[in-house]
Amino acid sequence: MPWTSPMVEKYRSQYGSGLDPLTYLGQNYLAVDRSLIPDILRLLRDEEQFDYCVDITAAHYPKREKPFDVIWILYSFARNERVRVKTQIADGASIPSCVPIWPTANWLEREVYDMFGIKFDGHPDLKRILLPDGWKGHPLRKDYGILQQDQEWVQINLGIESGQ
Amino acid sequence: MSDRKNDSATDVPVHSLANLDLETPEKPYLDSNELIINMGPQHPATHGVLRVILKLDGEKVLGTECVIGYLHRGVEKIAENRTYTMFNPYVDRMDYCAAVSNGLGYCEAVEKLMNVEAPSRAQYIRVILTELNRIASHQLWLGTHALDIGAMTPLFYTFRDREEILKIFERYCGARLTTHAFRIGGCQYETYAGFEKDVKNFLAFFAPKIDEYEALLTTNRIWLERTKNVGVISGPDCIALGVTGPVLRASGVKWDLRKAQPYANYSKFDFEIPIGTNGDTYDRYLVRMQEMRQSMRIVEQAVNGIPEGPIMGKVPKVIKPPVGEIYHSIEAPKGELGYFIVSDGSTQPYRLRVRPPSFVNLQALDLMVRGALVADVVAVIGTIDIVLGEVDR
Repeated sequence: MPWTSPMVEKYRSQYGSGLDPLTYLGQNYLAVDRSLIPDILRLLRDEEQFDYCVDITAAHYPKREKPFDVIWILYSFARNERVRVKTQIADGASIPSCVPIWPTANWLEREVYDMFGIKFDGHPDLKRILLPDGWKGHPLRKDYGILQQDQEWVQINLGIESGQ
Repeated sequence: MSDRKNDSATDVPVHSLANLDLETPEKPYLDSNELIINMGPQHPATHGVLRVILKLDGEKVLGTECVIGYLHRGVEKIAENRTYTMFNPYVDRMDYCAAVSNGLGYCEAVEKLMNVEAPSRAQYIRVILTELNRIASHQLWLGTHALDIGAMTPLFYTFRDREEILKIFERYCGARLTTHAFRIGGCQYETYAGFEKDVKNFLAFFAPKIDEYEALLTTNRIWLERTKNVGVISGPDCIALGVTGPVLRASGVKWDLRKAQPYANYSKFDFEIPIGTNGDTYDRYLVRMQEMRQSMRIVEQAVNGIPEGPIMGKVPKVIKPPVGEIYHSIEAPKGELGYFIVSDGSTQPYRLRVRPPSFVNLQALDLMVRGALVADVVAVIGTIDIVLGEVDR
């Protein structure tokens, strides 16, 4: 369902088709083109008071041409309002980091990198956060099985034949 | 361990007496290199398996780096391979000190996605149990935090009183910690005979106990020395770092999701949001003590107003939310706990993301301890109130 508001109309006229404002179950989100990141995020913070970045996450759709969705969940204390920003990116493509916009993005982007292998350009210290540094594979991709493990890492570091 | 690339703690020059040239006083007796030491993951003051690498100048902290993930179980991956109902007990294992809150957030998120609502009686039961759990979580925090700082007595007091809450949980659903108290659409169990009486007895029993905790600590000079102006963080810094919960409120930001975006039936109850002014460890202590009192107020109103009626809403046997996505968050004892669920119309979530308050709040540790002493690191880890099960998921 389309989402209409004065704020959205303003950006719509500015960016045209690169921006698709939608709403579902009363929650608003902007599906934006990859090229508008991070400009649109910076605008939302500076001009629309979305000063709190609640979460950054991703989802994997292996059958799509651009298989990854990157999702920013934002909140504004002044407006008491949430908005989600969504963009699609190709496998292996990178996306600008928003650590300069919200410092909280640091660990959140590291987790997205760890789980999906999406790289964030300009991140101060992009490395794995929950899995060990030497681990191979990104477990939240759909092609990573639920029982799959990096057996080589397990054998070298834990000294056991299998983690199962 | 030695094969790990991140083991930078070993690249430190070895200091021994032989290196000291005691004959030439123009040279300093002890060289003043920066020292990198490792704290955890097996350490009694890190509240679980948290590893912190500290860069020190003498006793002063120059910087920290948290190494986490020791308790990673892949909760989000598990969710994609379980049905909505099967995943429900797993959420209790994230923040296991506040399992009821986790369950409330998850059940409400799925209910919102399916566009159903729990009946009024179930909402009241949910609020009573969730607020009791908030008290239990804060009690556990207070006991362990005070123990870390050196006050051993409060631990015994808080654990003694927390037992009474766990007994109510046990009588209600058979479990004390990982309660699995709620179901999607309402509550599985009707309250047991004497539930209201037990809750009221607890309130009467617990009111003087908070005063007892406060008598032990609030004006205790050692406590004041160890907590005042320790781990200070400002309100704008909290917002920039995404810090929520009591830590944010102690920095003077009056924001609580129960008031800002009421969920369940919190809008029916009269309570206040306690805030602090300095954003230090002492203010966070005061805020949490006040929160326990406010939770008691909510429980009292809820238990007196609990209506008759069904406890389960109209939910199909097989839960199959329509295609779509939802973000729903609640005010857990540690901060904003959010669930982002993407449904593809099947019985299993296509993607389920948990926004854990402990994980995001822990990121502020570095800012809060820079320039402080090593002993303050222990105090600050305690005051953020992390649960590693939720940090690592």
